[in-house]
Amino acid sequence: MRPSDLLKPRPEGLYCPPGDFFIDPVRPVERALITHGHSDHARSGHRSVLATQETLDIMGLRYGEDFAGTTQAAVPGETLDINGVAVTFHPAGHVLGSAQICVEHGGMRIVASGDYKRQKDATCLPFEPIRCDVFITEATFGLPVFRHPPDHEEIARVLKSAEQFPERSHLIGAYALGKAQRVMRLLRDAGYDKPIYIHGALARLSEFYQSQGIDLGQLEPATVESGAKADFAGAIVVGPPSAFADRWARRFPDPISCFASGWMRIRQRAKQGGVELPLIISDHADWDELIITIKETGAAEIWVTHGREEALVRWCELEGIAARPLHLVGYEDEGD
Amino acid sequence: MNRFAELLDRLVLTPSRNGKLTLLRDYFHSVEDPDRGLALAAITGDLNIAAVKPAMLRALVVERMDPVLFGYSYDYVGDLAETVSLVWPQPQGHIPNNMPTLAEVVGRLQAASRSDGPKVLARLLDDANISARFAIIKLVTGGLRIGVSARLAKQALADLGKVDVSGIEELWHGLTPPYTELFAWLEGRAEKPRSAALALFRPVMLSNAVDDGDLEKLDHSAYAAEWKWDGIRVQAVCEGGVRRLYSRTGDDVSGAFPDLAAAMTFEAALDGELLVGDPREATGTFSDLQQRLNRKSVSPKIQQRYPAFMRCYDALQIDGEDLRALAFTERRRRLEAFVQTLDPSRFDLSPLVEFPDWEALERLRQAPPHPIIEGVMLKRWDSPYLAGRPRGPWFKWKRDPHTIDAVLMYAQRGHGKRSSFYSDYTFGVWSGPEGSEELVPVGKAYFGFTDEELKEIDKYVRDNTIERFGPVRSVRADRRNGLVLEVAFEGLNRSTRHKSGVAMRFPRISRLRWDKPAAEADRIETLQALLD
Repeated sequence: MRPSDLLKPRPEGLYCPPGDFFIDPVRPVERALITHGHSDHARSGHRSVLATQETLDIMGLRYGEDFAGTTQAAVPGETLDINGVAVTFHPAGHVLGSAQICVEHGGMRIVASGDYKRQKDATCLPFEPIRCDVFITEATFGLPVFRHPPDHEEIARVLKSAEQFPERSHLIGAYALGKAQRVMRLLRDAGYDKPIYIHGALARLSEFYQSQGIDLGQLEPATVESGAKADFAGAIVVGPPSAFADRWARRFPDPISCFASGWMRIRQRAKQGGVELPLIISDHADWDELIITIKETGAAEIWVTHGREEALVRWCELEGIAARPLHLVGYEDEGD
Repeated sequence: MNRFAELLDRLVLTPSRNGKLTLLRDYFHSVEDPDRGLALAAITGDLNIAAVKPAMLRALVVERMDPVLFGYSYDYVGDLAETVSLVWPQPQGHIPNNMPTLAEVVGRLQAASRSDGPKVLARLLDDANISARFAIIKLVTGGLRIGVSARLAKQALADLGKVDVSGIEELWHGLTPPYTELFAWLEGRAEKPRSAALALFRPVMLSNAVDDGDLEKLDHSAYAAEWKWDGIRVQAVCEGGVRRLYSRTGDDVSGAFPDLAAAMTFEAALDGELLVGDPREATGTFSDLQQRLNRKSVSPKIQQRYPAFMRCYDALQIDGEDLRALAFTERRRRLEAFVQTLDPSRFDLSPLVEFPDWEALERLRQAPPHPIIEGVMLKRWDSPYLAGRPRGPWFKWKRDPHTIDAVLMYAQRGHGKRSSFYSDYTFGVWSGPEGSEELVPVGKAYFGFTDEELKEIDKYVRDNTIERFGPVRSVRADRRNGLVLEVAFEGLNRSTRHKSGVAMRFPRISRLRWDKPAAEADRIETLQALLD
């Protein structure tokens, strides 16, 4: 069996002919296996969805309970049989509920990583490297310039800045699912025990994280009712990055704009976005994590998807590993 | 080293002056000698390290990694120093645990010979983290480019020690890195350093703008009037064979004006305006003067075409005698006599303007005899030379600004308090033949309006956006739609950098013309007529 007989790109997404299912399809299909809850991977309208319980819950929160015809929860590590294809979900360390999907048939094993990272994250299970014949890796940060520093060092910079500028508020831009909760959790782990103010767009997901036993401490809505301008002096506010350019941000005193993202590694990106305090905190693997993971899977062949494929393919060539870009359409980087 | 690297990272992205001052002050407060003094020297440009060329840096990195991967990386980042700091591969098995201090880094770089410089640099990069690598590369490639002037750094020192910044400027040229005696004084642990150095800078006397109604209260006969020259304020100091030409903030600019510096063969400290041309024949325009500004080196050809000279208007010291406590009348008398002894192609006297009353001076102010005059100066005859900006003895009375009506074309989001407002405006005027007029951008302004007006413009921008590029919005602007802004500016220069061919000096929004149709805004020819 050739790898492309087991999984191949189709306009709807990655398709498994013997199993008759798609992984992270971008259009409505009969049967979808979904790696994680970010909206470019998890869309509504499929006939049936197989995903981890957390991912199903997140999809329910975002799209409403009727986001799919039927749903089935996949338990990480437990193998299911789908039309004779063995399917196993394994933690991917990306966001709460995120999984890699391992597909095995006729002696051929392919692992689709979805999005993943290797840095420790208290809000989700850690990535597990799975030995396989073909590893499908994301490449959001697939360039040697992307090197994420330890996240606690980045959080320490916000806390130091909050001490230096007690009269101003710090606005941390972070995507609503995953990054925002990780940032809040990191603040708590660094000993920050004041209330964290959050934008309304974060409320339901943060509540869900808390219900899953991830302690984010006291969260307060960053509404004008909850405080006058001066009350936000010294406050740390978390919200979706788009909100900070919006009129919403006017309620805060002389805010320092912070943005938690792997893209903040590049100064010009920070500068163009008007970010004063970039926080290099990413839910995607950086260059070093990508190449370590590729080695750990022992895969003889690498397929590279969404991101900067060329550099990673080049690196594989230099290492003598077969590699090719897998041109899947429709994925952005919501998670960063 | 890491704290210095962190400081650079913050400064480069902090737009507000107060924010920068806080970061600098905290750094100087929390970091010990000699690191903080070396950081200060790096910022003020007083640190001497043999430069490493970009080509050498690139060669070092491609010895260590695949050139194709480096190429992809550099294409993506676009800045060599930053790319190298990010991709630099740590040697196999090398765990950097002992990041050297800034003093150690500077020491090793300064001790390196020309031939082993690259090797020393590579070793330092091996031991550093990404931020520190960036800082080290910035140190060796020259020019930090972090948006902090020497003046701002000195202001942060003044804040730290709660002293006046002129006190630091006066001392500055007698001090050397790492400035330990300066910090000791600022922290109250020692006396103010006494400098034995010669030809030090003397803090300059500044004037206040004339406000409405000011003059009515003043007796015109108590004041001398002079033209206000739109050149560069300089202080020429020669003492015991040491010659220095200072800017008004105490930076030594002799290097940029070697022709003028060579003619400084006297024992005195003179205050005046640097201009170009030959004072006996003709004074150059501001565009001519620009040929001499912001240049690292000045070719003999440029020096010949645009010779620098100094138009003197005050004497602070002559032949060892400090004149600053004397009245302006007396200083002026001494200055007049002294300037006669100097090279007439390089020094002349700023003439006094006779006037019988304020109205007569007003007429002269409105119609000055030379384009490089931007108004008149008023100086009390009995005033001593005082550092800083005392209210009363000196006034500047500027010519009224030019104004044009332009159309708002692009708006960019501001920073800090203004980060949710579109507050930086690019505006244009009409050009092209009738019937197919187009707007050409002529300038950018981000102040001159009230907070209330800012809200109104912001709303207008949001409601009339036609395109977005990052933080910039393109605003609907055609013959029928558009917001007309009355823009005030001080002067106009030719520019090869702008499509319109003109660049405004000191533009600001003077009025919002909600009432005026976009088609009735000014044309480019109106501006072209103002050139020279």
